[in-house]
Amino acid sequence: MSDLAYLSIHEAQDLLRSKEISAVELTQAVLERIYALDNAVKAYLTVAPDMALAQAAAADEARAKGAPELPLLGIPLAIKDILSLEGLPTTCGSRILENYVPPYSATAVERLQAAGAVMLGKTNTDEFAMGSSTENSAYFTTRNPWDLARVPGGSSGGSAAAVAAGMALGALGSDTGGSVRQPAALCGVVGLKPTYGRVSRWGLVAFASSLDQIGPLARTVPDVALLLAAMTGYDERDATSVEAPAIDPAALTADVRGLRIGVPREYFVEGIQPEVEAAVRAAVDTLVALGAEAVDVSLPHTDYALPAYYLIAPAEASANLARFDGMRYGPRVGGGELWDTYRQTRGQGFGPEVKRRIMLGTYALSAGYYDAYYLKASQVRTLIRRDFDQALERCDVLLAPTAPTTAFRIGENVDDPLQMYLQDVLTLALSLAGLPGLSLPCGFDGAGLPIGLQVMGRAFDEATVLRVAHAYEAATEWHKRRPALGETE
Amino acid sequence: MTLSREQVEHVADLARLALTDEEKERFSEQLSSILEYAERLQALDTGDIPPTASVLPLENVLREDKVRPSLPHEDAMQNAPAQRDGYFEVPVVLEGNG
Repeated sequence: MSDLAYLSIHEAQDLLRSKEISAVELTQAVLERIYALDNAVKAYLTVAPDMALAQAAAADEARAKGAPELPLLGIPLAIKDILSLEGLPTTCGSRILENYVPPYSATAVERLQAAGAVMLGKTNTDEFAMGSSTENSAYFTTRNPWDLARVPGGSSGGSAAAVAAGMALGALGSDTGGSVRQPAALCGVVGLKPTYGRVSRWGLVAFASSLDQIGPLARTVPDVALLLAAMTGYDERDATSVEAPAIDPAALTADVRGLRIGVPREYFVEGIQPEVEAAVRAAVDTLVALGAEAVDVSLPHTDYALPAYYLIAPAEASANLARFDGMRYGPRVGGGELWDTYRQTRGQGFGPEVKRRIMLGTYALSAGYYDAYYLKASQVRTLIRRDFDQALERCDVLLAPTAPTTAFRIGENVDDPLQMYLQDVLTLALSLAGLPGLSLPCGFDGAGLPIGLQVMGRAFDEATVLRVAHAYEAATEWHKRRPALGETE
Repeated sequence: MTLSREQVEHVADLARLALTDEEKERFSEQLSSILEYAERLQALDTGDIPPTASVLPLENVLREDKVRPSLPHEDAMQNAPAQRDGYFEVPVVLEGNG
């Protein structure tokens, strides 16, 4: 059972195409693993066995009829609960959307389904994707499959944990400041944040619209490439969607000889766990041994990314979350005077971190403070973009740690928002620049916790990012390790 | 930079958030420390640097004004906390016209 659940998407496709297994068998195996383990891991907010098995049966039927081969036909996937999937609740990890069922699906979800994917259910997230641990979910905290006392990272922690635990072959997350890459690193899986504009945001509940991107998580680099290829492409329903160069999953198998790999010195500073730094430096050496050239580069405004992000993202969030007013969806609290109904509905519906960011963003945009905070941060954003432009003029990709530490303990950072924000210190700058970044496993620390390597690239050049990541993955064994979870039972 | 309790109340009012006394206290403290941290941006000279609101060169997107299928009315209403005669029912917005 667990062997089927731990197939890569590519391996599963081979077995499905040769009819050695059926999509129903595969989906059933993954569902059984969810029933056996998710009481402990808590990756899913909603599991949809009826939907999943019906879709799997339809996939088997299509294949039996000899329908044209689809890239994801019969592959069971999980969807972060901030993406709309028609017919299943979309809570965004919030009480304010407790019983909300979207009447449509996100474009990215629609495209995966059109490619034949099977939908297992919806995964846990920090409320409205605001967090780095899933501890801000209004429902429960997801556990790290490598150590149940630790966080899986966030905000796409449910998706990362599901993939790491063999409870989905792949998953979708969303990344505003690191929310796909950081949980991928902490759970030992592969996660990609595409270039801003590559994947349509239609049907993704908005957090910070100039930063949000939907990204895939899976257990191998080729699997992530396959999921990205299935979702990518222009969508007229998202005005910021771009007709980007298509992803050719076959092209990523090229070698890395002659590629220039920049190592930004500002990403190896105090506060980085020594084992993380050592693993990432060893990964650079591995790629050099494969024929790449390592280049020392500087991204001088790195230190300013965190304060700039924590003004820009909350400012955008304060506007985006104004729609949750208890009038068209979600519970309505009060019901007397209009103004008071808004205040009560929002006061009770939002959790502490969401309120904190709405407050921060409202303040940064308010009369008298706009120039000093929001405008200043937006100018600093330009400086950060220029840093990347300059470094990526000389280099094909940049390599750095994804997160400063491996998974921390549940509860360790909950009382100190700034300490929690520092979890994202190595992923935020790339988000502000709108560039693509991928995290993949590059080692384990002394406690057996996975370490993530971040590969950052040029705008719409996911192909080179994937190629470098694939070359590293093919030369190492880290991605083959599995958490011991459930194996003693 | 410290945010007083009165400022916290003002911002909460702008954001339409009812806060408990304990929340006001905590936010005053936490937002002050976050804003203090943000002060480090002031060290940078950004005088003639244009701001980035979006990383894409945004243009207006136009399309033909053609009639197309849209979300069915009942589907759009399916999550309404209160409805009447196919409309969202809300508390009185404009007083005195009753």
